[in-house]
Amino acid sequence: MRNQGRVALFFLLPNLVGFLVFTLGPVLVAAGMSLYRYQLATGTPEFVGIANFSDLLGFTENDGQWSANDPYFWQYLANTLFLMLNIPLAMIGSLLLAVLLNRELPGRIFFRTFFFIPHLCSGIAIYMVWKMLLTFEPNVGIINAFLWEVYHLFGIEGAEAVALLPGWLIDANWAKPALIIVFVWASAGGFSMVLYLAGLQNIPTELYEAAEIDGANWWIQLRYITIPQLAPTSFFIFVTSIIGGLQGGFEAAYIMTGGGPGGSTTTISYYIYTQAYEQLEVGYAATISMVLFVLIFIATLFNWRYGGKKLEAV
Amino acid sequence: MAMSATPRWNWSTCGIYVLLLALLALMTTPLVWTLLTSFKYNVDVTLGWIPPRWTLGNYTGVVEAFSFVRYYINSLLIASVVTMVQVSTSALAAYAFARLRFKGRDLIFLCYLATMMIPHDVLMIPQFVLMKKIPDWLNLVFATNFFSGYLYLYEQYIGQPAGLDSYFALIVPGCFSAYGTFMLRQFLLGISREIEEAAYIDGCSSWGVFWQVVLPLAKPALAALAIFTFLGNWRSFLWPLIMTESDSMMVLSVGLAKLSDLYNNDYGLICAGSVLMLIPMIVIFVFCQRWFISGIQLGAVKG
Repeated sequence: MRNQGRVALFFLLPNLVGFLVFTLGPVLVAAGMSLYRYQLATGTPEFVGIANFSDLLGFTENDGQWSANDPYFWQYLANTLFLMLNIPLAMIGSLLLAVLLNRELPGRIFFRTFFFIPHLCSGIAIYMVWKMLLTFEPNVGIINAFLWEVYHLFGIEGAEAVALLPGWLIDANWAKPALIIVFVWASAGGFSMVLYLAGLQNIPTELYEAAEIDGANWWIQLRYITIPQLAPTSFFIFVTSIIGGLQGGFEAAYIMTGGGPGGSTTTISYYIYTQAYEQLEVGYAATISMVLFVLIFIATLFNWRYGGKKLEAV
Repeated sequence: MAMSATPRWNWSTCGIYVLLLALLALMTTPLVWTLLTSFKYNVDVTLGWIPPRWTLGNYTGVVEAFSFVRYYINSLLIASVVTMVQVSTSALAAYAFARLRFKGRDLIFLCYLATMMIPHDVLMIPQFVLMKKIPDWLNLVFATNFFSGYLYLYEQYIGQPAGLDSYFALIVPGCFSAYGTFMLRQFLLGISREIEEAAYIDGCSSWGVFWQVVLPLAKPALAALAIFTFLGNWRSFLWPLIMTESDSMMVLSVGLAKLSDLYNNDYGLICAGSVLMLIPMIVIFVFCQRWFISGIQLGAVKG
């Protein structure tokens, strides 16, 4: 076929201009900015080379003691990784929901719709709701109200029961588990469940029929047929969740905890937010974002290397 | 794991229903609680689940407490315009990448692909600086106070033409999507070329083929992209948060966050605000579920 350059330009131009101005341009600028000290409100950009990177990632020896130049970064990176514990839990939930729904049940679409709605709603409105649900006082927060009833069943009352109630969002030890509960709730019935449902449709029924004949029970079938057959789907969900998790956590922390208590729920993306848009240290924020980019790039490479062909089977 | 429920599995079907209903209760409890609380007087919040007295006061309260109607209109307007423009620009570019031959096509497409894995946080910082600086730059270029000089009426009635606190900042960066282009391109590659070639032979131009043949065939993918884009913009938070300072430019998500900050003890009010934000999303999802679900699968198979 002939070269259709002029026609192609007409089709491509609107998108390409936007792409250059709002995607490719900013990527290059961000990479450049990470080499500058740039306080947006007061200063002009000042070239500092890799100083931002050493401030962020480096360690300094002081009287034989090594300490991180930016201990917050490491704390927040650990927070981000810890919060990603929601990924395997949510995947188990998604698989459970999908397996239960993968049959000719009256009301199947009804269930699927309602399982999906938490994921659909996830965002600041739902985080506001969860902040109330996780209130410490059991007369308001329904989670602790439930625990209160459970304690009551076991004969634990009064001050003793109050001492056993988790502080959730106001307790540095409970804030992360609280967020994990919210994330699992919000994602178990979402995209992953839909993908698992699609994956289940592709498993040949003969495998189950043969297993039935051999007298395999449901657990054996799940363990040795369903889960291995869904491996490519699981891999895809796992990697995309990790990529999402590395850059996630901002909205939940902003609404529910403000990153606290004591920075225990501040993630990398929340750190970038405070540096860039509250402190207006855009140079340093760009540096953090480049480090985040590298982490995501590693996850993506992992996906390409080991996901590759299997992806087609999802 | 039998695929279908045969009569001899009746007992297990019952068990599955019980399990499903339990999970359903678990998943919907927070939403049901929100809905019920939104009809409660604030003093009744601690008195069980069912409101002892029902009131619409929280809904009228939310609307009166802020420029809530303005937030709602802003969110609707921004999400609608972004959706229309993004789907259009993505479809045009996707057609070029999928069907036209031109120099540098694969290289440009590779650039699109490569940027898809870049976290949004990276892009947002330079975009933020750009939006903050645009008014100064324009004034510098035109060597005058460009905005209040020439765009007086626009500023008077609509707001800043560009920069922070402008519809420009809230809409334009969202109008171009590498992901949308990629997804539509993959879908177009899956469509047989035969009809298009017949149309070419009948004397159709590229535009004619695109408009009359390709677009109708691509409807499922276009619908899915439109729904994702609309919902994504409706709930987007960080970008509007850093782009807006004035009340009149605020969108619903940012307005609600402000509400929960100021009235953090008024549970009924916050619940009413949440319900008002969630309703359009749920309505869209329930009515467009078919495209939504197939869109997820489309994105994953090719992604």
